Amino acid sequence: MREIVIHLLIIGGVLGGTLTTASGLIWLERRLLALWQDRYGPNRVGPFGLFQPLADTIKIFTKEDWIPPFADKTVFVLAPGVIIVTVLMSFLVVPFAPGIWVADLNVGLLFFFGMSSLGAYSLILAGWASNSKYSLLGGLRAAAQTLSYEVFMGLSLMGVVMLTGSFSLRAIVEAQHDLWFCVSQFPGFVIFLIAGLAETHRLPFDMPEAESELVAGFHSEYSGMKFGMFFVGEYLGITLISALMVVFFFGGWQGPFLPPLVWFVGKTFLFICGFILLRAGLPRLRFDQLMAFGWKVLLPLTLLNLLVTGAIALLRT
Amino acid sequence: MLSALRSLWTVLRHTFRLRVTVQYPEKSVYLAPRYRGRIILSRDPDGQERCVACYLCAGVCPVDCISLQATEDESGRRYPEFFRINFSRCIFCGFCEEACPTCAIQLTPDIEMGEYKRTGLVYEKDDLLIDGPGKYQDYNFYRVAGVAIAGKDKGEAENEAPPEDVKTLLP
Repeated sequence: MREIVIHLLIIGGVLGGTLTTASGLIWLERRLLALWQDRYGPNRVGPFGLFQPLADTIKIFTKEDWIPPFADKTVFVLAPGVIIVTVLMSFLVVPFAPGIWVADLNVGLLFFFGMSSLGAYSLILAGWASNSKYSLLGGLRAAAQTLSYEVFMGLSLMGVVMLTGSFSLRAIVEAQHDLWFCVSQFPGFVIFLIAGLAETHRLPFDMPEAESELVAGFHSEYSGMKFGMFFVGEYLGITLISALMVVFFFGGWQGPFLPPLVWFVGKTFLFICGFILLRAGLPRLRFDQLMAFGWKVLLPLTLLNLLVTGAIALLRT
Repeated sequence: MLSALRSLWTVLRHTFRLRVTVQYPEKSVYLAPRYRGRIILSRDPDGQERCVACYLCAGVCPVDCISLQATEDESGRRYPEFFRINFSRCIFCGFCEEACPTCAIQLTPDIEMGEYKRTGLVYEKDDLLIDGPGKYQDYNFYRVAGVAIAGKDKGEAENEAPPEDVKTLLP
């Protein structure tokens, strides 16, 4: 009984924590972007403008929830839910601190890949169901981008798996007790970072949205809370990729003096800020550049990294 | 790749820059004295209305937001019976100020004139008239003009010679 209660508490905590973080990120991103553009950003609602997401939520809930008459209604309504569900499911396997995880799957890493691939459906279906050219183009881009970057996102982590000898995320964190994988797997880390950017469709890889080309890409036709769900889904994705970056390459909860959870949250937060900095600093790529960069540069690099890591791992044994 | 890192570094350095935003309701931005904001009607240094109701401002106004009615007091001094500016139409072009021959109508550096009702934006003479001379401290139209009014006959204005007697032949 006690265990069940603790487990339910953890599930509630993870759910509440991630969703709060995701909506809080809207505020954080606007403030940080403003800071780097010598502005203030939202600083009126509550202390430091912290209640801005709350005000936005109230606003977006009272907006007209319009479904275009030419859309495929069922899929149109379903699509925003898919992204939230898949990203939240991925948090299932993230070990936040010793003992604080929802499930310690022995195929945790594969589970994450499965879920993030499923997440692509959300964008494709949204683009398709909207029945509009811009949305479809956005959906197509999302499909192509996710498919190609998923390949070496997976391969870039194989080095980590090889060094650990396990797909379990808890085991990966524990294997970094002496040396974080960002040192021994530096190329893998860089490639995972780039692929993670592409996976979350963040600038400079936000081709599926591409405001200046495709109106708003796959969510052009969405309004009200359905659009809000895409928005929250994107920020959940950022949180997830940042958390996984910490798990795979920066020693998870490990660190001196402070409690493990604080270390984990702190590192994740740092990566989230990094994501926002990338948005503030870099322009969007052209779509063919993105594809060429992926297949011609990153894939060979990943394979090379995999080969070298494999050879070293073999030599050690 | 290197240029991308460099631009990231440049952006990051902006963390410690001063922010350019002026936090408006608490601090207000500096508006130059010649800023074209709320329109006022000024008085001459003697404290009397400068406006002589010549209709030039109403004529030049491109959006026709000024309306007035001229009248005269018993001494022959012209003044507007009413003077009305519809600020919901005004585009603050400043043509009225340029057209005004007596420096009566002036634009001021005040922009805080928001209203909840449109009718509140129609300013009557009471709302427009100020107690001072505005931007031109010493100018008094009737003191330099040749018009005769109470207390100043023809030829008594500043820099004005007494009128020539056209009926005499003496030099």
